[in-house]
Amino acid sequence: MTPDAGREPARVVVVGASAAGLAVVEAARSQGYRGELTLIGDEPHLPYDRPPLSKQLLTGDWPPERLLLREQAHLDGLAVTMKLGQPASTVDADAREVVLADGDRVPYDALVVTTGVRARCLPGSDGISGVHVLRTLQDALALRAELVPGRRLVVLGAGVLGAEAAAVARGLGAEVTVLDPLAWPLARIVNREIGGWLAEVHREHGVDLRCSCAPVTGLHAAEGHVAAVELADGTVLPADTVLVAIGATPAVEWLAGSPVTIGGPEPASGSGGVLCDPRGQAAPGIYAAGDVAAWQDPATGEYRRYEHRLNATEQGRAVARALLDPGFTPPPSVPYFWSDQYDLKLQTFGTLDADDEFIVVDGSLGARRFIGVSHRDGLVRGALGVGMPRQLRAWRTAVAEHAPWKETTPA
Amino acid sequence: MKITVEEDKCCAGGQCVLAAPEVFDQRDEDGIVVLLTDTPDSSKYEAVREAAQICPAACIHVADN
Ligand SMILES: Cc1cc2nc3c(=O)[nH]c(=O)nc-3n(C[C@H](O)[C@H](O)[C@H](O)COP(=O)(O)OP(=O)(O)OC[C@H]3O[C@@H](n4cnc5c(N)ncnc54)[C@H](O)[C@@H]3O)c2cc1C
Ligand code: SF4
Repeated sequence: MTPDAGREPARVVVVGASAAGLAVVEAARSQGYRGELTLIGDEPHLPYDRPPLSKQLLTGDWPPERLLLREQAHLDGLAVTMKLGQPASTVDADAREVVLADGDRVPYDALVVTTGVRARCLPGSDGISGVHVLRTLQDALALRAELVPGRRLVVLGAGVLGAEAAAVARGLGAEVTVLDPLAWPLARIVNREIGGWLAEVHREHGVDLRCSCAPVTGLHAAEGHVAAVELADGTVLPADTVLVAIGATPAVEWLAGSPVTIGGPEPASGSGGVLCDPRGQAAPGIYAAGDVAAWQDPATGEYRRYEHRLNATEQGRAVARALLDPGFTPPPSVPYFWSDQYDLKLQTFGTLDADDEFIVVDGSLGARRFIGVSHRDGLVRGALGVGMPRQLRAWRTAVAEHAPWKETTPA
Repeated sequence: MKITVEEDKCCAGGQCVLAAPEVFDQRDEDGIVVLLTDTPDSSKYEAVREAAQICPAACIHVADN
């Protein structure tokens, strides 16, 4: 009965009903899987898309219904048993059962972990109203309700989430301050040059962006509502609303005691995700995909976790194939990411490390339409584009293959 | 098969073009998806389904007739 020995698993159970989990069940059916499929999710909603939470939903342009990833009728066609609205609390690997919070036990032959990440909270902010994180639909609706003209919003963290929310909040007329101890915005994704350029864009739109700032030491509250943010250097910033956008941690608590291995804190050791081989397998009969998963890169041996929307779908699809075909090896993937801020669309293929050489090959930063390519040791590593999506795609193959660097767009 | 796309959801990464280049393209100016045909012949069905599943904005819809 070992599903890894080449037989198709009779029951596939997927825990985490979002982008990655949906991709697993959808791709399993496309691959001809006829067995039982169960999708378990702690949120009460059908799978919905998260990127719009800090974009079209936060602006108010889209109602929540538009975030639905698939219509009910489409899901019905996949013949998936959906168990929504309650979390998985443990895995009993000996019995091959997932135990839900209400005690229900769901047997599996193959288990796929797609529980994503949870927003990191600010210690000591419990019970203070006006302090938000942004990960779920509920979070986004609660934040949106406070973004009104004149409102003083302080955003902790100038990563993608903080930067996008700041842009939306400015558009809605809020007074926005963004704090980050790092030297430039989106520091984990873009290099200093692009970070500096982006900082200018935010300042031009009236954001009080404070990079390299002292760490936040605590919040002041008045009558249970947040009143100010205090920094280690003694600065006190008045605030009506605080958005804590300081990163996220993989949702792996429920896997304690299961045979999977959780990665170390460093990016190369999986940054707290479920360690998987290059096919997404974490332990016999257990797989992981999406934000929660740290797959091994066969080229470097490192375990890397990506919090990118396309990665969730690609890994979910690859796991579905690996489950059904023990000989399947996924093609090397090219990390893809996008972010919308004001009227700008940033996109990246691959990675832009701080030490890589970065050269603008098309357009210009001043025109706010450009493509830049990063390379190291003469080989292309990543490409970043603003406002030139179609042209950027031409670089994807060069990034995928780490092609020798040259300044002309590859044919 | 009939394909529809929600242009305002498209995030312009072009994954649909990689999956089914004879059916999808991107606009030059903003990268938004362009449908080259909304009723592809059956040899393209599999690639189109793949594009719809991969699309990170879930904006490609396929109706079977
Ligand atoms: C506001 C926001 C904006 C973003 N913008 C972009 C963007 O512009 N571009 C981009 O590339 N990416 C973006 N992302 C990232 C992208 O949304 C994620 O990479 C993607 O959602 C990952 O999908 P996932 O299925 O792996 O995990 P998730 O979407 O996190 O889903 C995991 C699901 O599992 C559930 N769960 C957790 N624990 C349990 C349990 N024990 N039992 C049952 N269910 C459980 C969770 O509640 C959740 O529903 C954004 C993310 C956010 C939050
Ligand atoms: S894959 Fe989807 S989001 Fe990307 S360009 Fe095509 S239609 Fe647009």
